[in-house]
Amino acid sequence: MQTLVDVKEVYSTEGLSLWYDKKQALKDVNVSIFEKQVTAIIGPSGCGKSTFLKTLNRMVELEPKITIKGRISYRGNNLYDKHYPVEQLRHRVGMVFQKANPFPKSIYNNIAFGPRLRGIKNKQLLNEIVERSLKQAALWDEVRDKLNQDANRLSGGQQQRLCLARCLAVDPDVILMDEPTSALDPIATAKVEELVHQLKQQYSIIIVTHNMEQAKRVSDQTAFFLNGELIEQRKTSELFAKPFHKETADYISGRFG
Amino acid sequence: MKSQITNRMATVLISVCAGLMALIMIALVGYIFYQGLGHVTWHFLTTVASTFQVGGGIKDQLWNSFYLLIVTMIFTTPLGIAGGIYLSEYAKPNRVTGFIRSCVEVLASLPSIVVGLFGMLVFVNTFHWGYSILSGAVALTIFNLPVIVRVTEDALRSVPVALKEASFGLGVGQWYTIKNVLLPAAFPGILTGIILSAGRVFGESAALLFTAGLTSPDLDFKNWSPFAFDSPLNPLRSAETLSVHIYSVNTVAIVKDAPQVAAASAAVLALFVLIFNLSARGLGAWIQKRMSGKS
Repeated sequence: MQTLVDVKEVYSTEGLSLWYDKKQALKDVNVSIFEKQVTAIIGPSGCGKSTFLKTLNRMVELEPKITIKGRISYRGNNLYDKHYPVEQLRHRVGMVFQKANPFPKSIYNNIAFGPRLRGIKNKQLLNEIVERSLKQAALWDEVRDKLNQDANRLSGGQQQRLCLARCLAVDPDVILMDEPTSALDPIATAKVEELVHQLKQQYSIIIVTHNMEQAKRVSDQTAFFLNGELIEQRKTSELFAKPFHKETADYISGRFG
Repeated sequence: MKSQITNRMATVLISVCAGLMALIMIALVGYIFYQGLGHVTWHFLTTVASTFQVGGGIKDQLWNSFYLLIVTMIFTTPLGIAGGIYLSEYAKPNRVTGFIRSCVEVLASLPSIVVGLFGMLVFVNTFHWGYSILSGAVALTIFNLPVIVRVTEDALRSVPVALKEASFGLGVGQWYTIKNVLLPAAFPGILTGIILSAGRVFGESAALLFTAGLTSPDLDFKNWSPFAFDSPLNPLRSAETLSVHIYSVNTVAIVKDAPQVAAASAAVLALFVLIFNLSARGLGAWIQKRMSGKS
């Protein structure tokens, strides 16, 4: 037991169910997410993996007519408590989306956006945050001379790393990634994966992916979802080597999905 | 074979309709300019109107039109933008929202003469504002507000959802997201809409006949105190605008050169409305380019 206690839980869900209007998207999900690890969430399209990810920072509430039952604890507090400050949660839990979504502002202002709204006005400090975040996202060397250029002029891969840097700039605890490389070419994908590998030293990362090779390459834990249910969650190496369930075996061997 | 012919006919028909529309517009504006521009001189623009002598100008009317436009826009723009933000960002899709939206639509389709008569009963008579810039501006606000609300709502809705998600995802609150992400992105669209509606306000006459009045005092352009009865800035004096002037010159004027004055005034009015429309297009495009270009 002693070895298990060493790894801290960031998130845990108990009996999490979610409905879009009358359609159930998540069914009684019980999951644990561990600190400073990469957790991959895999499963066929429409299995609820993106929905699950969006419950973790309550972005799912932007959708109309949703109903949520069950419990999600983040660092021991119930997220769906009425009084839970949702802005603070999203500030601690950053998100990188499927398609890069930089603001139509300069590179500098994209990164400085979050810190500025948190009240940081000191120019020196902002400069430092921008530089540090861009370095963490391995983008600094490519953009250091054009920080005032419109972010939309960057390439797709650069934009995605910019979005990552933007989320790092507010100093998060957890980073959620929703198929962050699905719109990128193999070279840009490799760069993002390399970053995920480095960032897990400091952050807990949850990545939704439809690419099983990617899950194998980057993650420590893998959770397999099917039709809104969590089929199994284990260490990545074990899950891919010896899946417990037939559905998991079928999916990872490419028999459906 | 048959579908090809049908296709041809449809193309020809649609092109003819489009051409006809352009032709009407060119003919109309061309005729107004042809009739009027010849009489538009510097003297005409800078001389006061005359009720019994030849050689009157439109100095005061031109000023009144612009002043009324500015006052109206000061009333309309903040209210309209706030309404648009509410409908696009805060309103939940329910009955109350549906009702508010219907109100906006009904307001937008009210005939302007009805708004004018309402303005006379309420602002001029009940509130004792008299025939005044203020009465006129409030009447025009009723008439212009729904346009700005609609324009703002549409512009905000056309901002990509991804930007909103990006901002919320950073833990930025709703109001800051609206202020710092959505409004800047929607700004070119909102500005274009405001300028276009300014063109409409500038040319409006029916709503002003009974609110801003058919006369104005002899304006003293050296006295800028808003409290003097003949000050250009006094909001409680009556003010005949350019389009109302065209109406009154055509109906009641007894001066010999009335047809020329009316034609020239119409040309000036059409010219300004044209400038509003063209600048709305140009400015919108320029800002869009500017905003995505550098900062």
